[in-house]
Amino acid sequence: MDSYSNGFSSPRAEAFPAGLRVLVVDDDPTWLKILEKMLKKCSYEVTTCCLAREALDLLRERKDGFDIVISDVNMPDMDGFKLLEHVGLEMDLPVIMMSVDGETSRVMKGVQHGACDYLLKPIRMKELKNIWQHVFRKKIHEVRDIEGLEAGIEEFQMMRNGISDQSDDGFSFCGGDLNSGRKRKDFDNKHDDKNFGDPSAGKRTRVVWTVDLHQKFVKAVNYMGFDKVGPKKILELMNVPWLTRENVASHLQKYRLYLSRLQKDNDLKASHGGIKQSTDATSRDQAGNIGFKNSINIKQNDAANTKFRIPGNIVIQNSNPKGHETVVSSPDLGPKGALVSDAHEIQKATSSSGVGLHYSFGTPELNAKYATLSSVLPPQFSWNQEHKPQIEQNNVFNHLSLPDLHDQIQINQETFFPNYPTPFNKERDKLTHIKVMPPHGTKCSSQNIRQQMPGENAFRLDPVQSECSTTTFNPSEPISRSAWSSKDQVIDQILVNDLDSLNGNLILGKSSALTSLNENFLACLLQEDCSPNFFELQNREFSDCNNPGLLSEPSIYLYDSLKFDYEYPCDPIEYPVMDQGLFIA
Amino acid sequence: MERNQMHRRLANMKKSLLDQGFLDEQFLRLEELQDASNPNFVEEVVTLYYRDSARLILNIQQSLDNIPLDFAKLDGHIHQLKGSSSSIGDKKVKNECTKFHEHCHARNADRCMRTFQQLQKDYSILRNKLKTYFQLARQVGPIDMARRPK
Repeated sequence: MDSYSNGFSSPRAEAFPAGLRVLVVDDDPTWLKILEKMLKKCSYEVTTCCLAREALDLLRERKDGFDIVISDVNMPDMDGFKLLEHVGLEMDLPVIMMSVDGETSRVMKGVQHGACDYLLKPIRMKELKNIWQHVFRKKIHEVRDIEGLEAGIEEFQMMRNGISDQSDDGFSFCGGDLNSGRKRKDFDNKHDDKNFGDPSAGKRTRVVWTVDLHQKFVKAVNYMGFDKVGPKKILELMNVPWLTRENVASHLQKYRLYLSRLQKDNDLKASHGGIKQSTDATSRDQAGNIGFKNSINIKQNDAANTKFRIPGNIVIQNSNPKGHETVVSSPDLGPKGALVSDAHEIQKATSSSGVGLHYSFGTPELNAKYATLSSVLPPQFSWNQEHKPQIEQNNVFNHLSLPDLHDQIQINQETFFPNYPTPFNKERDKLTHIKVMPPHGTKCSSQNIRQQMPGENAFRLDPVQSECSTTTFNPSEPISRSAWSSKDQVIDQILVNDLDSLNGNLILGKSSALTSLNENFLACLLQEDCSPNFFELQNREFSDCNNPGLLSEPSIYLYDSLKFDYEYPCDPIEYPVMDQGLFIA
Repeated sequence: MERNQMHRRLANMKKSLLDQGFLDEQFLRLEELQDASNPNFVEEVVTLYYRDSARLILNIQQSLDNIPLDFAKLDGHIHQLKGSSSSIGDKKVKNECTKFHEHCHARNADRCMRTFQQLQKDYSILRNKLKTYFQLARQVGPIDMARRPK
């Protein structure tokens, strides 16, 4: 696509928002008819669908064929929230939810799942007239992410503030002011010099926060003190010539949000008394909840407080004899910087969970080599036992002498798919394959990711996002998945094997950014919409790590901080259903 | 002359439906949507509503016949009906759905049944009234219907 003056294709640019391509999904034929009429009156181009499945097929067939989706929450064939996630993950379109039910909890759920608005039935014309703002805002955000503009931060603030400026329904999240003239101007200005038309992906280039980069960032932040540091200082400390202050500022904002969410989650978790993981790990696995594919090394250890020292730096311990899982992260990428934390340390670090992951990214090699998302497993987590057979704890782990791993990238999107647990061994064998997701991969199971996120332990660094092509992943790598399927857990580790070639593995940017990265990039960030989920999970896990040192673990943040935008608290009660159903064709 | 009279009658019918709480604002909004390109829009929508909601009501009836009551399922059906009723502004049915939902939540089978009976009554009354209304409207002429009552 060529550059737009306002982010939309030229033919429609002048008339915008007229011609906005809307897909309406609702099982109620009466509403479908009414909405069609109303939207036509707004001069939008309307397509209606009464089945969620049909809608998804339509969206998939006609990629870039729609600008926005409006969907009812309650539908017979698929939960509206699930559809919402799918759309967010696969297509990255703004989705508006509708319902006759305006209960706050439902609305919140919608927001959590990434809805950009929640309309109450009966819907009025003025509400529909405003929907174009969501499309516009999204475009602006994309631009801003790429550019790392501080304005993006402001917009975010405004958006948050905007939430309190409700429309008459009280549910509108789109403040009319959000698309202020100023922003539009900035957008236009930036637009002129940026190349928005990336032919390959149709998306713009942006700063990709690689593991390496993020580690530098985190180090800088921790060095100064999380609360006190500003982007300028961070930039100085990071010493990355091509990085701009704006990039850092935007990333910092996201990082902060992430941490605060972690905090919140931590509190929540503490009050919850543990993780609600289900023992039904298997089903979860099936549901592809945990993107363990990514986590390459999962080491399970039944032994109480076993400490494993990985030459590479990750020490995973299973401090819970009952089955706390320890997640092992990264293969040994290098001899130095061994992170060794013994059970106690980890214990301390992880408040509610017995498992802690401690690793340092002290060594460049290490940094370069892997991205790990580590999460602390909740003590109650019993998947360990369940998945035991599947996890080759010692197997892989012991062999983590990464020479083998070096060449493998273990991010496997497949993990997100409803997978069947595979013995870890196999996984290991597969390790020799390089499963890198090609940047331009077809949309992969980003859905999976999303799916897993909620309440799943899919903590994994689920890097792969929509752009990841599933084909590159080894479907049978669910090891971690099976191992991790319990909710709330998870340690996702992504082993990036061949760091040299990968150069960066985790993509902290939107999936589209992958295209600009070298092929070896493993992790695709979750799409914006799903990031919240992802983060939620991460938060959950991470919340146990009160140890600031742990907090700085980059892996967690490797995910696209963009995702921070959405709240996605894990609601274990709700998600299991979602997870299982999500990918059933 | 006669046309004016009919027109007035039509307006009065609508007014009384509104006043009696059978219809709400949504009905008027539907009329506003009606235009020359779609002169019978409101009637079409209303017809669609009654067709679809008949099925929902049947489902609810069947669910109520299954003892012990599956409140979750019942609630689901009611939710659908509520959404539907909001589409044309069937105010009474919508309110009864809300009450029904509360009774489901409280797992009060008796109240559920009673509310449902009332719901069916009000549903039928409005349906009949609207039938008459649209018959008259057709006589008056579609364009006229779009006009707001004076």
